[in-house]
Amino acid sequence: MEEEAQSGVIKKFLYINRRAPHGTIYAHEALEVVLIGAAFEQDVSMAFLDDGVFQLKKDQNTDQISTKNFTKTFSALEMYDVEKLYVEKESLDERGISADDLAVDVKIISSDEMKQLITDSEVILNF
Amino acid sequence: MLHTVNKSPFEKNSLETCLRLSGKDSSVLLIEDGVYGALKGTKFEATVKESLNTVKMYVLGPDLMARGLDKNSLINNIEIIDYQDFVKLAVENERIQNWL
Amino acid sequence: MKFGILVNEGPYTHQASDSAYLFAKAAIDQGHEIYRIFFYHDGVNNGTRLATPPQDDRHIPNRWSELAKEHNLDLVLCVAAAQRRGMVDPDEMKRNKKDADNIADNFRISGLGQLIEAGIQADRLITFGD
Repeated sequence: MEEEAQSGVIKKFLYINRRAPHGTIYAHEALEVVLIGAAFEQDVSMAFLDDGVFQLKKDQNTDQISTKNFTKTFSALEMYDVEKLYVEKESLDERGISADDLAVDVKIISSDEMKQLITDSEVILNF
Repeated sequence: MLHTVNKSPFEKNSLETCLRLSGKDSSVLLIEDGVYGALKGTKFEATVKESLNTVKMYVLGPDLMARGLDKNSLINNIEIIDYQDFVKLAVENERIQNWL
Repeated sequence: MKFGILVNEGPYTHQASDSAYLFAKAAIDQGHEIYRIFFYHDGVNNGTRLATPPQDDRHIPNRWSELAKEHNLDLVLCVAAAQRRGMVDPDEMKRNKKDADNIADNFRISGLGQLIEAGIQADRLITFGD
């Protein structure tokens, strides 16, 4: 159904996630873009900041709210060669969350490093 | 890099995050409810003024006018532009980041 | 210059669709190419032909259709988002055994790959959303 990448062009894609996971569909549908995008063999990074860091909280269970627990997919991203996950330390600190609370391996970076990551990216998608 | 912000700073932290993470010499364009971030006398005024030392700030005129505001309502050194200028900014800046 | 435009909100509720339209028009005025306009999340609702806004209001879906016709634009609704929200073209109608389609002229439904491709092929990708 999806077309394959044939252009030969490789761009630096950055997916910026700033929303909490279940109150709206944005985080879920963002992940669908990332999974489809993986087939295009671009240079992909994901950034989690502001409420986006809540997407990575471990032990999420949506059994009692009737929605799909799409956050399990974060642990499968590696199989799609999406391996560069960055979390802004300041966003974690503001929310009282530590690296131990997260479900996946991520690189925790400072605001200055996040600024650099954004500056270095070529195509930025925000969810 | 061109950054756009479309949220009132009173509704969401998009402007604050944008100003925290925009590099030196970025252009920041406030659109839609984002234009409220350019107002004088708000609790965000000091943050915005400080950012004006490192970034250039613009506000989309049509969105400003729609909300009953004009240049007299704005912090100094924030430029009012129209949609044609918006496109020009998007052309001049190689990268675009839209803070929603 | 080639622009890709991503619209993430539906018509009327949020200003995003109006802003995207005005941006697209201004870009066309200046002789730029719109490589593709991709509609995602509730943005797919921009593609309904069943909307009947009050006569003194803008008709957002028709306005997109007309702009696309005039300038040969590629308006794409994400298929996954469209299926969730009941946006249907004739092919989708058959495939999913629905009794009607509701897509407006000059829109088409396709995969998310079309968004990624727009990111790769366009010189700039700009997002309007919430």
